[in-house]
Amino acid sequence: MTTTPARDAGRFVGARVHRVEDARLLTGGGTFVDDVSLPDMLHACFVRSPFARAAIQDIDTAAARAVPGVRFVFTAADVNPGVREQWHTSMGPASPETPRPPLAEGEARFAGDPVALVIAESRYVAEDAAELVEVDYEPLPAVVDYTTAEQTEALVHESHGSNVVGQIDGVPASALDDVFMAAAHVVSETIYQQAYAPVPMEGRGLVVDYSGATGELTIYAATQVPHEVRLFCARLLGIPEHRIRVVMRDTGGGFGQKVMVQRDEMCLMLVAPMVGVPVKWVEDRRENLLAAGKSRQEHADLKLAFDGDGAIQGAYIDFVQDCGAYPTPWPVSTSAAVGMLFPGPYRVPRAGFTCRTIYTNTVGRSAYRGPWQFESLAREVLLDISARRMGIDPIELRRRNLLRRDELPYGNANGMTYDSISPLETFEQALAMLDYEAFRAEQAEARATGRYLGVGVSNYVEPSTPGYGYYGTEAATIRIEPSGAVNVYIAGGSTGNSIETTVVQLAADALGVDIDHVNTIQGDTAITGFGAGAAGSRSGSMTAGAVRETSTVLRERLLAIAAHKLEADVEDIELAGGRARVRGAPATGVSFAELATLAYFEPASLPPGVPAGLEATARYTADAPVIWVNATHVCTCEVDVATGRVNVSRYIVSEDCGPMINPDVVEGQIAGGTVQGIGGALYEHLAYDEDGNPIATTFMDYLLPTAAEVPVIEYGHIETPSPGPGGYKGVGEGGAIGAPPAVVNAVADALSPFGVTVTHLPLSPAQIVALLDA
Amino acid sequence: MGEVSVQMTVNGRRRVDTVEPRLTLADFLRERCRLTGTHLGCEHGVCGACTVLVDGAAVRSCLMFAVQANGAEVTTIEGIAAPDGGLSPVQAAFRDCHGLQCGFCTPGFVVTVTAFLRDHPSPTDVQIREGLSGTLCRCTGYQGILSAVRQAAASGRDGQP
Repeated sequence: MTTTPARDAGRFVGARVHRVEDARLLTGGGTFVDDVSLPDMLHACFVRSPFARAAIQDIDTAAARAVPGVRFVFTAADVNPGVREQWHTSMGPASPETPRPPLAEGEARFAGDPVALVIAESRYVAEDAAELVEVDYEPLPAVVDYTTAEQTEALVHESHGSNVVGQIDGVPASALDDVFMAAAHVVSETIYQQAYAPVPMEGRGLVVDYSGATGELTIYAATQVPHEVRLFCARLLGIPEHRIRVVMRDTGGGFGQKVMVQRDEMCLMLVAPMVGVPVKWVEDRRENLLAAGKSRQEHADLKLAFDGDGAIQGAYIDFVQDCGAYPTPWPVSTSAAVGMLFPGPYRVPRAGFTCRTIYTNTVGRSAYRGPWQFESLAREVLLDISARRMGIDPIELRRRNLLRRDELPYGNANGMTYDSISPLETFEQALAMLDYEAFRAEQAEARATGRYLGVGVSNYVEPSTPGYGYYGTEAATIRIEPSGAVNVYIAGGSTGNSIETTVVQLAADALGVDIDHVNTIQGDTAITGFGAGAAGSRSGSMTAGAVRETSTVLRERLLAIAAHKLEADVEDIELAGGRARVRGAPATGVSFAELATLAYFEPASLPPGVPAGLEATARYTADAPVIWVNATHVCTCEVDVATGRVNVSRYIVSEDCGPMINPDVVEGQIAGGTVQGIGGALYEHLAYDEDGNPIATTFMDYLLPTAAEVPVIEYGHIETPSPGPGGYKGVGEGGAIGAPPAVVNAVADALSPFGVTVTHLPLSPAQIVALLDA
Repeated sequence: MGEVSVQMTVNGRRRVDTVEPRLTLADFLRERCRLTGTHLGCEHGVCGACTVLVDGAAVRSCLMFAVQANGAEVTTIEGIAAPDGGLSPVQAAFRDCHGLQCGFCTPGFVVTVTAFLRDHPSPTDVQIREGLSGTLCRCTGYQGILSAVRQAAASGRDGQP
């Protein structure tokens, strides 16, 4: 493998190292779940409700069973009684989760609700037979619009007694009356964000392989969390965790959609022992858009109070979120993050919130990159609206209110303490990269010729790397094998986050070996210690901690063996270039291979007290409860006021993610998240009609950004170390948080001569033309 | 369902099989030939992940039946690298430019770009963007992919396998 030169010899962390994942992925050698093929494997296809809400009167499976090649047709009566417990470790057993029958039982609650499961010798036959399953539905009035769901008579979950999942309140609006009464300016608006979704290019999928002879269940999964899949499955089936092995080599993107076990996946786990041979289920794109979950879809009434100089005095958000029929997980506590984070990286002395979550007969809510990002959308869009109404430049308004370094740590008004961030620095850097004054001049010239350019800015501060509970630790096993080759075993698993490369870079530097001599084995619960997976922008920091802890143990052992062999003091030995040598005498020394030979095959030659072998496992416990990250996004665009088309021209992100382990990976994560956010602002809409029929179930209707639309993204970096290992921070989610408000603000700025206020997403051409025509 | 015989050359190797007429070329390649690098992202002809070369033309193998490729010469992602395993200029450019993350869409991009640069050895930026616009990626924001195509084009080679 060739690598670009490291910053200094032997240093891989910080360099734009080529990814170790790439060779297999570029040549068709990856192993995604659909690439797994086992002897006698059968194929599964779900029968799904075509109705948003319907009573299931009867299911006739005879015709489907009669199709040659069909082995099983399961309904709720066959599958659901197998459930022992179903809860996710991050939520705990006491979480008031929505009851989740694996297959719909008695009532289908969204169009796409799984009603029956056909198992056949090929997917073609399974799909044929699924069409022959006759379900007698009695359509019922559906709750489609979450904004009126609280008032409708129909209930999504009769047993819950209300369409309100729950509500969490911070400081109430009434307690802020004094602030808003005394304010020089109060700006309020209702801002609405449509449903869109993670849409990984690979949908969900599982291969389950239960062996009756051994009682062992092996699961190949498209997942971000192999260990959680195993834990969940053990509880679901009531079989010991160590009888289950979950394997994921390559997962084709997740972005949050694959961090929890969904009902469809539960079905496959439950039928595995009944089928007795391997079964594969890989959803198609229609199923992914119908049933894998939606995100966003929310609105809020919000208001900001300012003094006469534009200093923010108070902020309040009344937030309402659509959770569909089967949100996973319980959405109430996560919705509160929207309220808690609403003040953002600004000096906001007083704040309050209320957050309400609503059931509807639509696909359930699932996690998506920056699940709380509405707080940034709402705040940043309202700041621009405020600036316009107060006659202050939106840049100047932010500059007056952004937190300065000398104010840190800063407790926001909702009790969150920010530290190790640099909001003013990323802001000024991004604006300098743009040349804000020059853009304003260009904009004025363009307007004079009937062209409408706009600039939008957003700032956010984001909690990455949760350091508590389920998420709070990460283990690494490192084996320097008898040949001297290094293997790092860590939960990880490639989902596009480059975590294999990250681990190899970290381990190479920690042990002083060349990167080519380090391999990593991930995503297999049988051979890696528990880890909470790729979620919460945690992998970089937690993995760095795990590698640090374990390599510390091994370094000590290598140094002791080498010192003994070289008859030198331990303090005089250094590890570099795959050798242990006496400092200042680079020609001396012993290779890792020689040290491994001593450690494994000549244990009698080891110094007293040093164990044989070069293997170690250690578990890192998070140094901090949360690692804060901040960034500024700047977008410029041109809006064609005749067609409503938005052309994004420049896009700048200045991010403070601490020191970068690999700048390519950091920028890749920022770019990917940013383009997802641009998609959400302009194109993507997981839409339903008024009867609850999904109307975006193909890529002809659900519009992802393509290479033809995306701007060139320009990156700026500010480096404020975090309190975590290496000072690293999480960078996986931020792009998707910062982008929508920057784009909306750019469009609104472009349209400012028309006096319109942009409050509804997506900003499709039709939406923009309607705004201009209003 | 009646089966029909089909023969084609896949990555230089002759394949003879008997298939249902409805078997897609993608499933034939993935399941019969065990060439699982060709990925299915939508089975609708939109995402381009399943793109292969059929007699040199980049086609969506999810929209084509195996029997329609009867007698054809097919190149999949597994046939793009040099026989000694060395990455093609397009593959190397994707690696150099961080043009892939999860790697699921990557085979479709590599095959598409390989054909595109053969036909447009000195593409403009607009041509590159149009040439890629029928292939979807959800991870990279296309930044590394666009750079990779520019690099592969600029390398002065035509990117042919």
